[in-house]
Amino acid sequence: MTTATGIAFQLLQSVFVVLAAPLLLGWVNQCRAWLQNRSAPSLLLPYYTLAKLFHKDAVIAHDASPLFRLTPYVLFGCMWLAAGIVPVLATDLPFAPAADIIALVGVFALARVFAALAAMDIGTSFGGLGARREMLIGFLAEPAMLMTLFTAAFISGSTQLTTIVETLAHREFAIYPSLAFAAVAFGMVLLAENARIPIDNPATHLELTMLHEAMILEYSARHLALIEWAVAIKLFAYMTIGFALFAPWGIAAAGDWGTLPLAVAALALKLALAGAALALVETVLAKMRLFLAPEFLSSAFLLAVLGMLIHFLVQG
Amino acid sequence: MSGSPLTGSLFALLAWLAIAALSLLSGRDAWFARRLAFPLGALAGLALAAFGLQAAWAPVEQMTLPLGLPDLPFHLRLDGLAGFFLTLLGAVAAGVTVYANGYFRDETSARLTLISLQYHVFLASMALVILADDAYLFMVAWETMALSSYFLVTTDHRLPAIRSAGFLYLLIAHLGAIAILLCFGVMHGGQGDYTFNALRAAELTPFWATAAFLLAFFGFGAKAGMIPLHVWLPEAHPAAPTPVSALMSGIMLKTAIYGMVRVIYDLIGGVRWEWGLLVLAVGAGTTLFGVLYALMQHDLKRLLAYHSVENIGIILLGLGMSMVFVGFGQTAAGALGLIAALYHTLNHAVFKALLFLGAGSILRLRGLRDLNDMGGLIRTMPNTAFYFLVGALAISALPPLNGFVSEWLTFQTALQAPLLQHGVVRSLLPLFAATLALAGALTAMCFVKVYGIAFLGQVRAPRHPVHAPAAGAGHDCGGAERIGMAWLAAGCFVLGLFPAAFLLTLNRICVALLGGGVPVSALESSWLWLVPTSAAQASYSPVIFLAVIVAVTGLTFLLVRRFYHGRVRYSHPWDCGYPEQTARMQDTADAFGQPIRHVFGPLYLMKRHMPAPDDPAPRYSLRIEDRHWYLLYLPVARLAEFVSAKIGLLQRGRISIYLLYSFLTLIGLLVFVR
Repeated sequence: MTTATGIAFQLLQSVFVVLAAPLLLGWVNQCRAWLQNRSAPSLLLPYYTLAKLFHKDAVIAHDASPLFRLTPYVLFGCMWLAAGIVPVLATDLPFAPAADIIALVGVFALARVFAALAAMDIGTSFGGLGARREMLIGFLAEPAMLMTLFTAAFISGSTQLTTIVETLAHREFAIYPSLAFAAVAFGMVLLAENARIPIDNPATHLELTMLHEAMILEYSARHLALIEWAVAIKLFAYMTIGFALFAPWGIAAAGDWGTLPLAVAALALKLALAGAALALVETVLAKMRLFLAPEFLSSAFLLAVLGMLIHFLVQG
Repeated sequence: MSGSPLTGSLFALLAWLAIAALSLLSGRDAWFARRLAFPLGALAGLALAAFGLQAAWAPVEQMTLPLGLPDLPFHLRLDGLAGFFLTLLGAVAAGVTVYANGYFRDETSARLTLISLQYHVFLASMALVILADDAYLFMVAWETMALSSYFLVTTDHRLPAIRSAGFLYLLIAHLGAIAILLCFGVMHGGQGDYTFNALRAAELTPFWATAAFLLAFFGFGAKAGMIPLHVWLPEAHPAAPTPVSALMSGIMLKTAIYGMVRVIYDLIGGVRWEWGLLVLAVGAGTTLFGVLYALMQHDLKRLLAYHSVENIGIILLGLGMSMVFVGFGQTAAGALGLIAALYHTLNHAVFKALLFLGAGSILRLRGLRDLNDMGGLIRTMPNTAFYFLVGALAISALPPLNGFVSEWLTFQTALQAPLLQHGVVRSLLPLFAATLALAGALTAMCFVKVYGIAFLGQVRAPRHPVHAPAAGAGHDCGGAERIGMAWLAAGCFVLGLFPAAFLLTLNRICVALLGGGVPVSALESSWLWLVPTSAAQASYSPVIFLAVIVAVTGLTFLLVRRFYHGRVRYSHPWDCGYPEQTARMQDTADAFGQPIRHVFGPLYLMKRHMPAPDDPAPRYSLRIEDRHWYLLYLPVARLAEFVSAKIGLLQRGRISIYLLYSFLTLIGLLVFVR
């Protein structure tokens, strides 16, 4: 299983995801600008922003602890790990068995806890507010996410993402009603976990509405750049998890290098569509009041549970 | 005989008793208790852990001691299950005991002598509970454990609150003990003697087996702290001196789990799946209740006590799933559930002891136990802060630490649900797993709160410290405390990174108890990989996980430094440009729990006082109370008071009336017996 080409591909894929992730963010922003009748920024704007931030001097509060300075690197490391596990282009990933879907949820939780801790480190009122709200969304989204993943795990009999993709991609074409429910639930969780409208608005600094932005207020320059980059990778990773579970077509099978260009094309198409859909959702919906978020996410949870029950019913 | 694990464990146990006796004899300045008792106790703990580990791989040993009542000698037995729990006891006790040597440094000699006596008797009685092989010795050891811990809880018995906490503890401990005693009676069934061998051999009808199960579940559950019998935990843990809280929460609750596994799987046998469902329901309730109430606490030790309730619930979830699978004849999945439960038992012992010790350092050195008085401790207590962070990440079930491994195993057990024949049960199991996921995420929120408020942020001016900081105490904890915490923190890493080795040991226990373990394919994987069923189904490698995160984080750091710069300017916090920032403007523990109060409002009994708009000295207060008090305990207490008041009417205090009672009774008996 562990071959030199496999490891090379593993490294290549994770680097590819890390480098391509800001492009997805640029695409979503562009689509949103078009939909809102604004003139769109460049597709490469996220890269320019990152470069600008990396060049600046970091400004840090006097009483920041080492935890504050360590966190951006940990966040980036966690997201990089996630990017390495999710089968984006092919299922031949020798490191993927190191973490299954439950561990993947664990990686995101680890990143969230570190981000919340760093937010409380300086001791400002906004930091605590952001940390508290982020953890609220987190504990609501996590069970829904796990239930969604469990539905896929029950269908394929495995919690390995690569195995799930192989099973789901090569089954005979049939409609799984359980997967349809799970897909809707997953979409809702994706919006919440990535701090998108209707749960959070990534473009606001209004104290009543911000969640994620409130946590990273004290960060600047290279630390902020790493966090923004990690956010982009997280969105990319979530979207590719969604493709892996609900639209696994086009991903290259193990050792099959010939289909790789096809896999890249399929991925680009799927990302373009999903990014446009995300922009559409963000344009059509308004941001919810914070205390409507529990309702939103508990309906995601119930949908996922319904999906799972339907699976058991259909299986008999 | 020499070198056998049972003899060795017995010697370690005797060493604890000898230390207890010597502490009492060590004179006016208590030099033995002050200098030698705790280090020697820790060594005995290490030895016990080693013998326990050896026993997990050795054949079963039995021994009869010529002690006890005539014709009722003490029976001892050391098998894999007992060996596992001895390892847990010894290893965790070693860390806590080293820490205790520093923690009790400033006690007066008289108090220290007593503490050392009770402490080591407590340890020895827990070891004896695990080694006991007859109901008689088990109950003697069980009661010794309850009494010695009662005296430890009431160390500060001059405070009325602590006396009443101790009384509540003793009361519920004895309710549990009665149930356990009755359970042994039911299993005995009026034949043979009370050795565990006889109890094992006794054939019970399904009705009596279920009765025995219910009694055992109630009795051990009272000790473990499952709802609704948990009320003593949040009272007793904060009352006790911190190392004792660590022992009680870390180890004593686990003897109840030991008792449950021993009685239900081993002595009663023939586990039924309906029992498993009951355990699952209680476990899910306990888990959610524990974590939701923990989120509302601002006393650090109370908060940790509620988390013990939660973790007992998680263990019960694993145990319940295991019982359901065993009941349906799915031994392999049942073994996986039992492994998950036992592994979480060990993990919780390690990280909860660590967290209590961290809380103890704050209490001793700063005199603080209210989170709302703490803040910024990471800067003055960096060592404590580091160890506490390890414990906090472990209890939040974050990879790659140990809490995650056992929750992962529990999830994997739930994912075996398609094996079940019963449609309803099959779809219930994943829902219990969802409870676990919810509880895990809530725990993470709770420990973000604890760590963010106590260790991070700005220093708050304490409003009501419990006591003045210990005189001559440094800023951060001393050497002994540091060794104790480092030992337990290392445990969190080892158990988290190398679970496969422990899986093998636990599997042997399952084979002994259930007659089958997890599939062979799972055991053939290397130490790097944790594979519960087969590699195609699920695998997890914490070492690779950690290595990748560390490597990538380090690489990012180097790349950023290499291509850009490491320039930093220090300035005031930004905070959206608000100029006046004081420590009072930070989130408090109550504020952090506010979203939870909002979402789960109906679950809490809130007593809130809102100041009137024209109040010149406004004070907002909020009290969260446990509904169980009002729904269960106070009615029962009122009923007991009512009944005793009625019975009290008989008591007239005049001898002629009592003679009349005797006369009437005799007449009645004569009529009745005839």
